[in-house]
This record gives sequence, structure tokens and C-alpha cells, in this order.
Amino acid sequence: MTFTTTTPHVLIVAALAMFVFTGCAATADTTEPGATAATTAAESLTITDPWVKAADTGMSAAFGTLENTSDTDINVVSATSSSATTMELHETVSDSAGVIVMQQKEGGFVVPANGSYELAPGANHLMMMGLTAPLIAGVDATFTLALADGSTFEFTAPAKDYSGANENYDDSETNK
Amino acid sequence: MTDDEQPSAGRRLSRRHLLLGGAAAGIGAVGAVGIDAATRPDAPALAEPLNGTQTVPFYGVHQAGIDTVPQSNVALIALDLAEGTDAATLRRLLKLLTSDAARLSQGEAALADSEPELAVAPARLTVTFGFGPGLVAAAGGIRPAWLRPLPAFSVDRLDPALGEGDLLMKIASDDALTVAHATRMLLKDSRSFATVRWVQSGFRRAPGSVKPHTTMRNVFGQVDGTVNFVPGTPDFDRLVWGAANNPSWLRGGTGFVLRRISMNLDKWDKLDRSGREASVGRTLHNGAPLTGTNETDEPDFDAKTAIGFPVIAEFSHMRRARSENPDERILRRGYNYDEAPNTDGVSNSGQLFISFQADVDAQFVPIQRRIDELDLLNVWITPIGSAVFAIPPGCAAGSYIGDTLF
Repeated sequence: MTFTTTTPHVLIVAALAMFVFTGCAATADTTEPGATAATTAAESLTITDPWVKAADTGMSAAFGTLENTSDTDINVVSATSSSATTMELHETVSDSAGVIVMQQKEGGFVVPANGSYELAPGANHLMMMGLTAPLIAGVDATFTLALADGSTFEFTAPAKDYSGANENYDDSETNK
Repeated sequence: MTDDEQPSAGRRLSRRHLLLGGAAAGIGAVGAVGIDAATRPDAPALAEPLNGTQTVPFYGVHQAGIDTVPQSNVALIALDLAEGTDAATLRRLLKLLTSDAARLSQGEAALADSEPELAVAPARLTVTFGFGPGLVAAAGGIRPAWLRPLPAFSVDRLDPALGEGDLLMKIASDDALTVAHATRMLLKDSRSFATVRWVQSGFRRAPGSVKPHTTMRNVFGQVDGTVNFVPGTPDFDRLVWGAANNPSWLRGGTGFVLRRISMNLDKWDKLDRSGREASVGRTLHNGAPLTGTNETDEPDFDAKTAIGFPVIAEFSHMRRARSENPDERILRRGYNYDEAPNTDGVSNSGQLFISFQADVDAQFVPIQRRIDELDLLNVWITPIGSAVFAIPPGCAAGSYIGDTLF
């Protein structure tokens, strides 16, 4: 697993991070030398145990535990991946009939200050729609989370064969 | 099980545990143990350390599960790679399996583990991977000369469905449920790459049943495997981890042999105690050579009976298995098996004879050849499955088992 943080206000750093994103070198010191202590939300965000459900075509979902090491809540507002045409931030809730349904999470995900936010099958997840290529078991997919302060957080997740997490598919189709 | 191996205090403890088990079932295993300890009159202030929490490091120069003290349960699984598997596909598979093995062995759920609660008691879980000739070819690697089916032996009655394969996974733990969960997880992650060729399960004494490091007994009741290498000794380093003439990708690895040995208990029943001891050359009581008193006594092959016959017969297993060439030795880590009876009798039992050696041809084959030529034990035992695998070295955190092959 590798992840990097980028700071959109510092264009040179963002460009550098694109070159070296496969290593961990960019994680620690992405701010410009001499910059003030002001940090971006992305620098306080990590993800533990990321993985994505393998799928040949259509839809899939990515999971993991987001962790926030700062004293301020971090708001994930959107996600993108070169492996999918579009992505949505989803939650699963009980509808009026008691049926578990999936829907876009209003306002995105909020990773609480000094807390964590779990993305798991049957619960909150990063929904992938329109896979651009078969997501086969063992390949790494790369994701970019856009955060409310304008910074972005990138991570990779291995694809794993997984028979569950089917509620994602069913609900998405009815929502369309 | 005999009384001397299971202290009566242990039995009383088990019974009380059982009685409380029903009430405690809702709390789970840890809760049940806690209640058991708390109700004992001499309950210690702290809970006893659990076997389940013990771990064996995964990452290292060598793979785990070879110089590890043998766990009580093993599942050997051989996979056949899908037709046309290329090196890139193989790397993806090995990375997935390495991740599962590394995590599960440390008591962490695998990624995408559907039953994470089953991962919390590794009980010294190790997963050891072995490569067959088909996998080495798929990776484009150099095959060690010995990595091929063993030469045919006259005693063999081999079932191809119980032998060879492309990828071996040796999954061992002191807890059978842990083995089952690890097996399930590894096979789920193998499913889109390979098919299961065979699964062979085996067992030894459970932890705590006998003193640690007691030589195992086989289903014939014999002390089996007295002469063995000790990890960390020059013999072990040279004859198990040694380079031999192996290709460089195998440095830090070794060779693996499985012989599935059917042991005919119904036939064995007809043999009296002295005949049983003569067949091996050791006593049944403690495994001492028939010329000695303790298990580890050196046998005296020159000793004669009053009427001039050797005390340890020429045809005995111990004499036939032993070589005068010190290089013809192997590390033994066998397991018993006991399966549903077939049409031949009421038992279908035997041994998963497992050995590790740097050079299978130089170390294992000469021993098997001597046994094939003459060994009284052959009357009761029959090899019915056979497999040879190369065991690649261990790997560092962040890498994967087999990385030296690519």
C-alpha cells in the first residue's frame, strides 16, 4: 500500500508527487521548505487495510479504514480513480420498510478529529461505476479522495476476489 | 490416550470447563476460559496465557514452518495453476497469498476476510509455500535438478490424485479451526488462478498433552522420528538451508518431500509386541534402541543375541534408514492421518511423511532406495502418494514469497 498527499496550492510539490507516487518519499515532506506549520487535511489522513472488490466490468467498491490524526474533522467530498468512469461516496441505511438500501452520502464522509471512519462491505464505501478495465485479483487500483479544504489524498488498494458486497450493485441499479 | 500422558488434574479441569461451557457459550471462548479459571479454588489472579495468542514470525530469511516446533494440526494443499499462467499472473497470486499468510499468522484478519473473528487465535499458525516444476517453469526460473517426481520404487502404489502439483501450501497451527479458516482464505484468493489438486490433513498430539519436544508417535504406536536435526546447528544449516547445487533463487530455501504412507492397522494387529519392536529395532515403551534403555541412546548394531543373531535385525527399519554417509540425512516433520475407513477394513490410517532437505536426490533418495530394497516394515506400510516441491526462501516485509524467482 502506498499513499501520498498533495497540496494544490503548491503546484511544484503536486507535480513532484505525481512523479514519485509509487514510493513513500512524498508522504512526509510535501510542504514547501520554509512553509509555515499550516497543514492540509490530506497530511493528517491515512488509510489502513485498503482493498477493492475484483470485478470484470460494471461496478465495484473500495474499502478500508480512514484515520484522522489531526484535531479537526476531515471531510471527504468526492473520489476519483483511473479504474472507474465515475465514483460516489455511499452509505447504507434502513429505508422506511426496514430494507437496507444504499445511497449517496449527503455531504460526503466526515472522518472525525483523532478518529477513524470505516469503509466496509455492507456499510459506507467508495462506489466505483463504469470500470475502465477488468479489475482482476491482485492488481493495485489507485484512488484520489478530494477533501473539503481543497487538498487531495491518494492511495492504492489491491483487488481481491470477494463474493459479498452485492448490495452495492443492486441498489445502484435501482437508483439509476 | 494413556493415563501417563494425560494427568488426572487435566481431566478434572476439562470436565468442569465442559459443564460451564454451555452457560458460557454466549460469551465466546475467551469468556468461557475466564469463568473456568475463576471457579478454580486455586485460581491465579491473572488468566493463564492462551495457546491461541502465540505467534511465529512470518517475515525472515527462511520461511516459517520448517524450523518451527511442529504444530499439532496441518493441512497440505497442492494447487494446479490455470493453463497458460504467465509470470505476471503468478506474481499477483503470490502477493495475495503472502499478504494472507503474513496477516493471519500474526492474528490479524486477512484483507477481505469474511470471518475476521476466526483470525484472532493463530496458535502458532504458519503457512509455508512450495513450488513444483510447473510453477518454476511458468515463472521462467531455473529448476533445481531434483525438482521432479521421485524415481519409482517397488513398494510404491501411488495414486496420482494424491501427489505432485504446481503450488504447495503447508498450513499448520495448534488449532484446527485456525487451519480451516486459513485454508478457506488462501483458497478463496487462489480461486481465480488455480484449482485444488489435493488436500491432505494430519495431526500430532494437541499442545499440553505431552511434554514439549516429545518425539511424535505414529498410529502404530511407535516413537517416530527420534533422529532429527536441531534448528540452529551446523547440520541443520548445511543439510536443510544449505545451498547444495541449487539455483540462486532458492538460497535460503530448501527441498520438500511428501510421502503419504498408508499404515495397515488391521494387519499390524496380528503382530505381537516383540515382532513390532523387531520390525523397527526400537522398543514401543519409549523408543529406545533394542540395545539401549533411553530413546536417544546410540544403537549397537554389532550386539548379538545369546544364539548369535543381531539384536537389531538387518531387516529393521532403523538399520535400513540409517546411512554411513552423514550427508544422507533429512529433517523429518511428519504427521498422522486417520480417515474414514474404506473397503479394506475398519481403519484408513497412516502418515504424511514430510521431510526437508537441501538436495532431495542426494539426501532423501538414497534412504528411500535402501528402504525399498529391504525393510521389514514394508509388510505393513505402503506409499500411496508422493510429491516434491522446492521451498523458496522467506521474504522481507513489503515483499512476497517467491520474489527471488522473478
